[in-house]
Amino acid sequence: MSRTVTEQPHAHRPEHFTSDQVGWLPWLAPLTEEELTPRHREALVNETRARMPYFALLVRDPDALEARTRTDFDIFHNTEGGLSRAERELAATAASRFNGCVFCASVHARFATRLAARGEDVERLLAEGVETDTGDALWNAIVRAAVALSRTPVGFGAEHVEELRANGLSDSEIGDVVNSASFFNWANRLMLSLGEPERPAEKERVR
Amino acid sequence: MADDLVDRLLGIAPGSVLDGVRATRPEARTNAQRSYESLLEPADPGGVPRATRFLVAAFVAGLHRAPLLTEHYTRLAADHAGEEGVRVVSALTERAATSGPYGRYRELGLVNESTDGPRYRTPEADRPVLGAATASALDHAHLLVFRPREAEPADLGRLVDAGWTTTDIVTLSQLVSFLAFQIRLVHGLEVLSQRTEDTRS
Repeated sequence: MSRTVTEQPHAHRPEHFTSDQVGWLPWLAPLTEEELTPRHREALVNETRARMPYFALLVRDPDALEARTRTDFDIFHNTEGGLSRAERELAATAASRFNGCVFCASVHARFATRLAARGEDVERLLAEGVETDTGDALWNAIVRAAVALSRTPVGFGAEHVEELRANGLSDSEIGDVVNSASFFNWANRLMLSLGEPERPAEKERVR
Repeated sequence: MADDLVDRLLGIAPGSVLDGVRATRPEARTNAQRSYESLLEPADPGGVPRATRFLVAAFVAGLHRAPLLTEHYTRLAADHAGEEGVRVVSALTERAATSGPYGRYRELGLVNESTDGPRYRTPEADRPVLGAATASALDHAHLLVFRPREAEPADLGRLVDAGWTTTDIVTLSQLVSFLAFQIRLVHGLEVLSQRTEDTRS
Protein backbone atom coordinates (compact mmCIF):
# COMPACT_ATOMS: atom_id res chain seq x y z
CA MET A 1 0.00 0.00 0.00
CA SER A 2 1.37 3.40 -0.91
CA ARG A 3 2.10 5.95 1.77
CA THR A 4 -0.55 8.26 0.32
CA VAL A 5 -3.25 6.02 1.79
CA THR A 6 -3.58 5.66 5.56
CA GLU A 7 -5.10 2.44 6.80
CA GLN A 8 -6.65 2.76 10.22
CA PRO A 9 -5.79 -0.65 11.71
CA HIS A 10 -6.57 0.47 15.25
CA ALA A 11 -9.96 1.96 14.48
CA HIS A 12 -12.87 0.51 16.42
CA ARG A 13 -15.78 0.41 14.07
CA PRO A 14 -19.23 0.58 15.57
CA GLU A 15 -20.78 -2.89 15.33
CA HIS A 16 -24.29 -1.72 14.41
CA PHE A 17 -26.18 1.30 13.25
CA THR A 18 -26.41 3.66 16.21
CA SER A 19 -27.64 7.12 17.08
CA ASP A 20 -24.66 7.55 19.41
CA GLN A 21 -21.96 10.02 18.47
CA VAL A 22 -19.63 8.29 15.99
CA GLY A 23 -16.20 9.52 14.85
CA TRP A 24 -14.75 9.39 11.34
CA LEU A 25 -11.15 8.60 10.36
CA PRO A 26 -9.84 9.57 6.91
CA TRP A 27 -7.85 7.24 4.64
CA LEU A 28 -6.29 10.19 2.78
CA ALA A 29 -4.55 13.21 4.29
CA PRO A 30 -6.77 16.21 5.04
CA LEU A 31 -5.18 19.63 4.60
CA THR A 32 -3.63 20.93 7.81
CA GLU A 33 -4.63 24.36 9.13
CA GLU A 34 -1.26 25.69 7.91
CA GLU A 35 -1.96 24.45 4.38
CA LEU A 36 -5.29 26.27 4.08
CA THR A 37 -5.27 29.24 1.71
CA PRO A 38 -7.89 32.01 1.89
CA ARG A 39 -9.75 30.22 -0.95
CA HIS A 40 -9.81 26.98 1.06
CA ARG A 41 -11.17 28.80 4.11
CA GLU A 42 -13.88 30.43 2.03
CA ALA A 43 -14.83 27.06 0.49
CA LEU A 44 -15.27 25.50 3.94
CA VAL A 45 -18.16 28.02 4.37
CA ASN A 46 -18.21 27.36 8.11
CA GLU A 47 -14.85 28.03 9.76
CA THR A 48 -15.17 25.29 12.39
CA ARG A 49 -15.10 22.73 9.58
CA ALA A 50 -11.35 23.34 9.12
CA ARG A 51 -10.84 21.09 12.15
CA MET A 52 -13.11 18.29 10.89
CA PRO A 53 -11.08 15.74 8.88
CA TYR A 54 -13.89 15.00 6.41
CA PHE A 55 -14.22 18.64 5.32
CA ALA A 56 -10.48 19.34 5.58
CA LEU A 57 -10.00 16.47 3.10
CA LEU A 58 -12.80 17.48 0.72
CA VAL A 59 -11.53 21.08 0.65
CA ARG A 60 -8.66 19.88 -1.53
CA ASP A 61 -11.19 20.54 -4.32
CA PRO A 62 -12.55 23.84 -2.97
CA ASP A 63 -15.04 24.65 -5.74
CA ALA A 64 -16.66 21.22 -5.51
CA LEU A 65 -16.85 21.39 -1.70
CA GLU A 66 -18.29 24.90 -1.56
CA ALA A 67 -21.06 24.13 -4.07
CA ARG A 68 -21.82 20.85 -2.27
CA THR A 69 -22.01 22.56 1.13
CA ARG A 70 -24.36 25.28 -0.11
CA THR A 71 -26.58 22.62 -1.73
CA ASP A 72 -26.64 20.70 1.56
CA PHE A 73 -27.50 23.73 3.71
CA ASP A 74 -30.40 24.82 1.52
CA ILE A 75 -31.91 21.34 1.28
CA PHE A 76 -31.71 20.67 5.02
CA HIS A 77 -31.79 24.03 6.77
CA ASN A 78 -33.91 26.36 4.63
CA THR A 79 -37.15 26.61 6.60
CA GLU A 80 -39.09 28.53 3.91
CA GLY A 81 -41.92 26.26 2.79
CA GLY A 82 -41.60 22.60 1.94
CA LEU A 83 -41.25 19.56 4.14
CA SER A 84 -40.61 19.77 7.89
CA ARG A 85 -36.93 19.55 8.76
CA ALA A 86 -37.51 16.38 10.78
CA GLU A 87 -38.92 14.64 7.72
CA ARG A 88 -36.01 15.77 5.55
CA GLU A 89 -33.68 14.23 8.16
CA LEU A 90 -35.81 11.07 8.12
CA ALA A 91 -35.25 10.79 4.35
CA ALA A 92 -31.49 11.28 4.91
CA THR A 93 -31.47 8.62 7.61
CA ALA A 94 -33.40 6.13 5.48
CA ALA A 95 -31.08 6.60 2.49
CA SER A 96 -28.04 6.20 4.76
CA ARG A 97 -29.47 3.08 6.41
CA PHE A 98 -30.21 1.53 3.02
CA ASN A 99 -26.81 2.37 1.51
CA GLY A 100 -25.03 1.19 4.64
CA CYS A 101 -23.43 4.42 5.90
CA VAL A 102 -23.23 3.95 9.67
CA PHE A 103 -21.64 7.36 10.23
CA CYS A 104 -24.20 9.33 8.15
CA ALA A 105 -27.11 7.42 9.67
CA SER A 106 -25.92 8.21 13.20
CA VAL A 107 -25.74 11.96 12.59
CA HIS A 108 -29.07 12.27 10.82
CA ALA A 109 -30.90 9.90 13.15
CA ARG A 110 -29.94 12.27 15.97
CA PHE A 111 -31.24 15.26 13.99
CA ALA A 112 -34.49 13.47 13.13
CA THR A 113 -34.96 12.44 16.74
CA ARG A 114 -34.31 15.92 18.08
CA LEU A 115 -36.57 17.63 15.56
CA ALA A 116 -39.44 15.16 15.74
CA ALA A 117 -39.17 13.89 19.33
CA ARG A 118 -39.79 10.39 18.02
CA GLY A 119 -36.62 8.67 19.13
CA GLU A 120 -38.10 5.18 19.42
CA ASP A 121 -39.29 5.19 15.83
CA VAL A 122 -35.91 6.39 14.59
CA GLU A 123 -34.10 3.77 16.70
CA ARG A 124 -36.29 1.05 15.21
CA LEU A 125 -35.42 2.24 11.70
CA LEU A 126 -31.71 1.96 12.58
CA ALA A 127 -32.03 -1.41 14.31
CA GLU A 128 -34.45 -3.19 11.98
CA GLY A 129 -33.73 -1.47 8.68
CA VAL A 130 -35.83 0.30 6.08
CA GLU A 131 -38.59 -2.35 6.01
CA THR A 132 -39.61 -1.49 9.57
CA ASP A 133 -42.99 0.07 10.38
CA THR A 134 -42.22 3.52 11.77
CA GLY A 135 -45.71 3.67 13.21
CA ASP A 136 -46.81 6.50 10.93
CA ALA A 137 -48.16 6.34 7.37
CA LEU A 138 -46.38 9.52 6.22
CA TRP A 139 -43.05 8.42 7.71
CA ASN A 140 -43.40 5.01 6.06
CA ALA A 141 -44.11 6.71 2.73
CA ILE A 142 -41.02 8.95 3.09
CA VAL A 143 -38.81 5.96 3.97
CA ARG A 144 -40.12 3.99 0.97
CA ALA A 145 -39.56 6.96 -1.35
CA ALA A 146 -36.03 7.55 -0.02
CA VAL A 147 -35.17 3.86 -0.50
CA ALA A 148 -36.58 3.81 -4.05
CA LEU A 149 -34.56 6.93 -4.87
CA SER A 150 -31.42 5.24 -3.50
CA ARG A 151 -31.65 2.12 -5.66
CA THR A 152 -29.54 1.77 -8.78
CA PRO A 153 -31.20 1.91 -11.29
CA VAL A 154 -33.39 4.46 -9.50
CA GLY A 155 -36.66 2.82 -8.50
CA PHE A 156 -38.71 5.92 -7.65
CA GLY A 157 -41.98 6.01 -9.58
CA ALA A 158 -45.47 7.42 -9.79
CA GLU A 159 -46.61 5.10 -6.98
CA HIS A 160 -44.20 6.80 -4.57
CA VAL A 161 -45.45 10.26 -5.53
CA GLU A 162 -49.02 9.06 -5.06
CA GLU A 163 -48.29 7.59 -1.64
CA LEU A 164 -46.62 10.80 -0.48
CA ARG A 165 -49.51 12.85 -1.82
CA ALA A 166 -52.09 10.56 -0.22
CA ASN A 167 -50.37 11.39 3.07
CA GLY A 168 -50.84 15.10 2.50
CA LEU A 169 -47.62 16.26 0.84
CA SER A 170 -47.64 19.07 -1.74
CA ASP A 171 -45.48 19.21 -4.87
CA SER A 172 -42.84 21.27 -3.05
CA GLU A 173 -42.80 18.90 -0.09
CA ILE A 174 -42.33 15.95 -2.45
CA GLY A 175 -39.53 17.98 -4.07
CA ASP A 176 -37.87 18.11 -0.64
CA VAL A 177 -38.10 14.32 -0.28
CA VAL A 178 -36.39 14.00 -3.68
CA ASN A 179 -33.72 16.57 -2.73
CA SER A 180 -33.00 15.07 0.70
CA ALA A 181 -32.74 11.44 -0.36
CA SER A 182 -30.78 12.31 -3.52
CA PHE A 183 -28.33 14.44 -1.56
CA PHE A 184 -27.54 11.55 0.78
CA ASN A 185 -26.65 9.37 -2.16
CA TRP A 186 -23.87 11.92 -2.65
CA ALA A 187 -22.88 12.20 1.02
CA ASN A 188 -23.00 8.45 1.77
CA ARG A 189 -20.59 7.63 -1.07
CA LEU A 190 -18.00 10.16 0.10
CA MET A 191 -18.21 9.12 3.75
CA LEU A 192 -18.03 5.41 2.93
CA SER A 193 -15.15 5.58 0.47
CA LEU A 194 -12.76 8.18 1.90
CA GLY A 195 -12.57 6.93 5.49
CA GLU A 196 -14.35 4.93 8.13
CA PRO A 197 -16.52 5.33 11.22
CA GLU A 198 -15.06 4.95 14.67
CA ARG A 199 -16.73 4.35 18.01
CA PRO A 200 -16.15 7.03 20.58
CA ALA A 201 -13.52 6.19 23.20
CA GLU A 202 -14.59 3.90 26.06
CA LYS A 203 -14.51 6.61 28.67
CA GLU A 204 -16.71 8.84 26.57
CA ARG A 205 -19.18 6.06 25.95
CA VAL A 206 -19.79 5.22 29.58
CA ARG A 207 -20.40 8.82 30.49
CA MET B 1 -31.13 33.56 -17.00
CA ALA B 2 -28.00 31.47 -16.59
CA ASP B 3 -28.03 28.00 -18.09
CA ASP B 4 -29.23 25.26 -15.74
CA LEU B 5 -28.63 21.72 -16.96
CA VAL B 6 -31.39 20.08 -14.90
CA ASP B 7 -33.98 22.63 -16.04
CA ARG B 8 -32.85 22.29 -19.64
CA LEU B 9 -32.93 18.47 -19.69
CA LEU B 10 -36.39 18.38 -18.12
CA GLY B 11 -37.75 21.32 -20.10
CA ILE B 12 -38.66 23.20 -16.91
CA ALA B 13 -40.12 26.51 -18.10
CA PRO B 14 -40.31 29.67 -16.00
CA GLY B 15 -43.63 29.77 -14.16
CA SER B 16 -44.26 26.01 -14.47
CA VAL B 17 -45.10 23.84 -11.46
CA LEU B 18 -41.61 22.31 -11.43
CA ASP B 19 -40.07 25.78 -11.65
CA GLY B 20 -42.00 26.61 -8.49
CA VAL B 21 -40.84 23.43 -6.76
CA ARG B 22 -37.21 24.18 -7.59
CA ALA B 23 -37.62 27.85 -6.60
CA THR B 24 -38.44 26.72 -3.05
CA ARG B 25 -34.75 25.76 -2.70
CA PRO B 26 -32.99 28.45 -4.76
CA GLU B 27 -29.51 27.88 -3.32
CA ALA B 28 -29.74 24.14 -3.88
CA ARG B 29 -30.77 24.80 -7.47
CA THR B 30 -27.91 27.24 -8.10
CA ASN B 31 -25.33 25.10 -6.36
CA ALA B 32 -26.36 21.85 -8.04
CA GLN B 33 -25.48 23.69 -11.26
CA ARG B 34 -22.22 25.04 -9.74
CA SER B 35 -21.33 21.50 -8.63
CA TYR B 36 -21.88 20.32 -12.18
CA GLU B 37 -19.69 23.11 -13.55
CA SER B 38 -16.90 22.59 -11.00
CA LEU B 39 -16.76 18.82 -11.52
CA LEU B 40 -17.48 18.49 -15.25
CA GLU B 41 -16.55 21.83 -16.78
CA PRO B 42 -13.90 23.29 -14.46
CA ALA B 43 -12.02 26.35 -15.69
CA ASP B 44 -8.82 24.58 -14.62
CA PRO B 45 -9.18 20.78 -14.67
CA GLY B 46 -5.99 20.34 -12.61
CA GLY B 47 -4.89 16.72 -12.49
CA VAL B 48 -8.16 15.18 -13.72
CA PRO B 49 -8.53 15.69 -17.49
CA ARG B 50 -11.92 16.67 -18.91
CA ALA B 51 -11.88 13.55 -21.10
CA THR B 52 -11.69 11.34 -17.99
CA ARG B 53 -14.42 13.32 -16.22
CA PHE B 54 -16.86 12.91 -19.12
CA LEU B 55 -16.04 9.24 -19.72
CA VAL B 56 -16.65 8.54 -16.01
CA ALA B 57 -19.90 10.54 -16.17
CA ALA B 58 -21.10 8.64 -19.25
CA PHE B 59 -20.26 5.35 -17.47
CA VAL B 60 -22.02 6.31 -14.20
CA ALA B 61 -25.14 7.62 -15.93
CA GLY B 62 -25.22 4.50 -18.11
CA LEU B 63 -24.87 2.22 -15.06
CA HIS B 64 -27.93 3.97 -13.62
CA ARG B 65 -29.86 3.48 -16.89
CA ALA B 66 -30.59 7.21 -16.75
CA PRO B 67 -31.46 8.12 -20.36
CA LEU B 68 -31.32 11.94 -20.32
CA LEU B 69 -27.98 12.20 -18.54
CA THR B 70 -26.46 9.22 -20.37
CA GLU B 71 -27.22 10.94 -23.66
CA HIS B 72 -25.84 14.24 -22.37
CA TYR B 73 -22.60 12.84 -20.97
CA THR B 74 -21.99 10.44 -23.86
CA ARG B 75 -22.17 13.33 -26.31
CA LEU B 76 -19.75 15.43 -24.26
CA ALA B 77 -17.44 12.44 -23.74
CA ALA B 78 -17.25 12.06 -27.53
CA ASP B 79 -16.29 15.74 -27.84
CA HIS B 80 -13.56 15.52 -25.21
CA ALA B 81 -12.31 11.92 -25.39
CA GLY B 82 -13.08 10.94 -28.97
CA GLU B 83 -15.39 8.35 -30.49
CA GLU B 84 -13.24 5.33 -29.71
CA GLY B 85 -13.14 6.00 -25.98
CA VAL B 86 -16.90 6.48 -25.95
CA ARG B 87 -17.46 3.27 -27.87
CA VAL B 88 -15.34 1.31 -25.39
CA VAL B 89 -17.07 2.87 -22.37
CA SER B 90 -20.54 2.27 -23.82
CA ALA B 91 -19.73 -1.40 -24.36
CA LEU B 92 -18.29 -1.69 -20.83
CA THR B 93 -21.41 -0.04 -19.41
CA GLU B 94 -23.62 -2.68 -21.00
CA ARG B 95 -21.57 -5.46 -19.45
CA ALA B 96 -21.11 -3.82 -16.04
CA ALA B 97 -24.67 -2.64 -15.35
CA THR B 98 -26.39 -4.41 -12.45
CA SER B 99 -28.64 -3.51 -9.51
CA GLY B 100 -27.55 -2.02 -6.20
CA PRO B 101 -26.69 -1.19 -3.55
CA TYR B 102 -25.06 -4.43 -2.43
CA GLY B 103 -21.92 -5.39 -0.57
CA ARG B 104 -20.31 -6.86 2.45
CA TYR B 105 -20.64 -4.96 5.72
CA ARG B 106 -17.43 -4.39 7.65
CA GLU B 107 -19.39 -3.81 10.88
CA LEU B 108 -19.46 -7.09 12.83
CA GLY B 109 -23.10 -6.83 13.86
CA LEU B 110 -24.27 -6.20 10.30
CA VAL B 111 -22.62 -9.10 8.48
CA ASN B 112 -25.95 -10.90 8.23
CA GLU B 113 -27.19 -7.98 6.12
CA SER B 114 -24.30 -8.40 3.66
CA THR B 115 -25.31 -9.09 0.06
CA ASP B 116 -23.12 -10.16 -2.81
CA GLY B 117 -22.87 -8.84 -6.34
CA PRO B 118 -20.48 -8.34 -9.24
CA ARG B 119 -17.11 -6.67 -8.71
CA TYR B 120 -16.08 -4.81 -11.80
CA ARG B 121 -12.63 -4.35 -13.26
CA THR B 122 -12.02 -2.89 -16.71
CA PRO B 123 -10.68 -5.79 -18.83
CA GLU B 124 -7.00 -5.74 -19.80
CA ALA B 125 -7.91 -5.56 -23.49
CA ASP B 126 -9.71 -2.25 -22.98
CA ARG B 127 -7.16 -0.62 -20.70
CA PRO B 128 -4.68 0.58 -23.37
CA VAL B 129 -7.36 2.57 -25.22
CA LEU B 130 -8.55 4.26 -22.03
CA GLY B 131 -5.19 4.55 -20.28
CA ALA B 132 -4.45 3.09 -16.86
CA ALA B 133 -5.61 6.20 -15.00
CA THR B 134 -9.05 6.41 -16.64
CA ALA B 135 -9.50 2.64 -16.41
CA SER B 136 -8.85 2.80 -12.65
CA ALA B 137 -11.32 5.69 -12.36
CA LEU B 138 -14.01 3.51 -14.01
CA ASP B 139 -13.21 0.67 -11.60
CA HIS B 140 -13.64 3.00 -8.66
CA ALA B 141 -16.80 4.54 -10.11
CA HIS B 142 -18.44 1.11 -10.32
CA LEU B 143 -17.54 0.45 -6.66
CA LEU B 144 -19.05 3.77 -5.57
CA VAL B 145 -22.21 3.32 -7.63
CA PHE B 146 -23.07 -0.23 -6.56
CA ARG B 147 -21.25 -1.25 -3.38
CA PRO B 148 -20.03 1.88 -1.57
CA ARG B 149 -20.23 0.15 1.82
CA GLU B 150 -17.47 -2.25 0.70
CA ALA B 151 -14.95 0.51 0.02
CA GLU B 152 -11.55 -0.02 1.64
CA PRO B 153 -8.20 1.79 1.80
CA ALA B 154 -6.89 -0.68 -0.82
CA ASP B 155 -9.38 0.75 -3.34
CA LEU B 156 -7.78 4.17 -2.93
CA GLY B 157 -4.36 2.50 -3.17
CA ARG B 158 -5.26 1.27 -6.66
CA LEU B 159 -6.05 4.84 -7.72
CA VAL B 160 -2.70 6.02 -6.31
CA ASP B 161 -0.92 3.21 -8.18
CA ALA B 162 -2.58 4.39 -11.41
CA GLY B 163 -1.07 7.85 -10.90
CA TRP B 164 -3.82 9.85 -9.20
CA THR B 165 -2.80 12.27 -6.41
CA THR B 166 -4.71 12.72 -3.16
CA THR B 167 -6.42 15.83 -4.53
CA ASP B 168 -7.29 14.04 -7.79
CA ILE B 169 -8.90 11.22 -5.78
CA VAL B 170 -11.00 13.75 -3.87
CA THR B 171 -12.15 15.21 -7.19
CA LEU B 172 -12.95 11.79 -8.70
CA SER B 173 -14.85 10.79 -5.55
CA GLN B 174 -16.84 14.03 -5.61
CA LEU B 175 -17.55 13.53 -9.31
CA VAL B 176 -19.04 10.05 -8.96
CA SER B 177 -20.90 10.93 -5.75
CA PHE B 178 -22.30 14.14 -7.23
CA LEU B 179 -23.50 12.19 -10.26
CA ALA B 180 -25.36 9.80 -7.93
CA PHE B 181 -27.18 12.90 -6.62
CA GLN B 182 -27.77 14.58 -9.98
CA ILE B 183 -29.15 11.40 -11.59
CA ARG B 184 -31.64 10.97 -8.71
CA LEU B 185 -32.63 14.63 -8.76
CA VAL B 186 -33.40 14.51 -12.48
CA HIS B 187 -35.21 11.18 -12.13
CA GLY B 188 -37.27 12.33 -9.14
CA LEU B 189 -38.25 15.66 -10.69
CA GLU B 190 -39.18 13.96 -13.95
CA VAL B 191 -41.51 11.55 -12.14
CA LEU B 192 -42.97 14.43 -10.14
CA SER B 193 -43.51 16.52 -13.29
CA GLN B 194 -45.78 13.79 -14.63
CA ARG B 195 -47.78 13.58 -11.39
CA THR B 196 -48.11 17.16 -10.10
CA GLU B 197 -51.24 18.29 -8.28
CA ASP B 198 -52.41 19.93 -11.52
CA THR B 199 -51.84 16.96 -13.77
CA ARG B 200 -53.83 14.56 -11.64
CA SER B 201 -57.35 14.20 -12.86
